[in-house]
Amino acid sequence: MPAQVITITSGKGGVGKTTAVANLAVGLALEGAKVVCIDGDIGLRNLDVILGLENRIVYDIVDVIEGRCRLKQAMIRDKKLPELYLIPAAQTRDKNAVSPSDMNRLIKDLRNDYDFVLIDSPAGIERGFKNAIAAADRVLVITNPEISAVRDADRVIGILEAEEKGPGALIINRLNPALVKNHNMLSAEDVLDLLAVELVGVVPEDENVIISSNRGAPVAFDAKSRAGQAFRNIAKRLRGETVPFLDLDHTGGLWQQFQRLTGRK
Amino acid sequence: MSFFDRLLGKKNSADNAKERLQLVLIHDRTDLTPAELDSLKDDLIATISRHVEIDAQSMRIGVQHDGRSQRLVADIPLKTTRRRARRSK
Ligand SMILES: Nc1ncnc2c1ncn2[C@@H]1O[C@H](COP(=O)(O)OP(=O)(O)OP(=O)(O)O)[C@@H](O)[C@H]1O
Ligand SMILES: [Mg+2]
Repeated sequence: MPAQVITITSGKGGVGKTTAVANLAVGLALEGAKVVCIDGDIGLRNLDVILGLENRIVYDIVDVIEGRCRLKQAMIRDKKLPELYLIPAAQTRDKNAVSPSDMNRLIKDLRNDYDFVLIDSPAGIERGFKNAIAAADRVLVITNPEISAVRDADRVIGILEAEEKGPGALIINRLNPALVKNHNMLSAEDVLDLLAVELVGVVPEDENVIISSNRGAPVAFDAKSRAGQAFRNIAKRLRGETVPFLDLDHTGGLWQQFQRLTGRK
Repeated sequence: MSFFDRLLGKKNSADNAKERLQLVLIHDRTDLTPAELDSLKDDLIATISRHVEIDAQSMRIGVQHDGRSQRLVADIPLKTTRRRARRSK
């Protein structure tokens, strides 16, 4: 089967795109899938440090596109998971070094040899975002339960609809159950109500995310952490498994909501 | 939320955020500002009044949403029914 190409984007910066790509890549590879992740944030390379692979970079995506190396030479194999690869972003200042058709060409060469290609999009809705969604079969929009992040997610979902990139599916990241309980943070259900798209996962605020980024080993390796569990569950859902949602806001209604949105009973 | 907040009718902040987002998303999605909606309403009143007599004071217009699709909904009471009723007496 050809690879599923999945892009993670958000509109607003800093909501957890890079964290999600790294953790979903690890989660999928732990399940035995062959995964390539691509850092699409040209000029602001970060996926390499989150995966702990920054010391192994020789070539980057722009080197491949401009013909300075072969695709395989720019693919860095993970230290622990032999079926996980990273194609790093370039640190050039020229944001136009990559075009949507470059991305299509590059990803076409990956489709037959891997199960998943995950693309980390930059923030915003400009060129880098367009590049990141060009070859996507599926776009995941990530947001925080916070007013400006939800608004920007809605803009992006609207653009995806207009560009016929499907309705998009949602990851809610950094949900703080205590705040939700006090009614001082939008609940996952509130966010779903507002955005009216399919939900693929809810990831709690978890200090282990920062601790594991410090170490360069994504939190998904830690099966005991709440965020790690949540990312692993999303990875399973991307593979087509049905996995119940963690009961984060103790409302218990989220699972039903998910079933309603996906038309399952 | 404290007892006093409730006493003062103060809403919790999550409800606040949700309500504000509901409004802002309608305008983001339709590119229709509240001022433009008002001027649309005036145009509608002018056009419809050329055909039937309407109760412009109690006319209402707004954007409703069903999932991600938006619908412009207008409720326009007519004045003609009363006249007809009188005539049939
Ligand atoms: N679930 C979480 N719990 C706690 N911290 C988190 C969580 N998710 C992300 N973070 C932290 O939030 C910060 C931003 O995350 P990240 O870099 O993944 O966002 P981004 O969307 O890729 O940002 P940018 O738009 O700059 O590319 C990081 O410091 C990360 O460790
Ligand atoms: Mg990032």
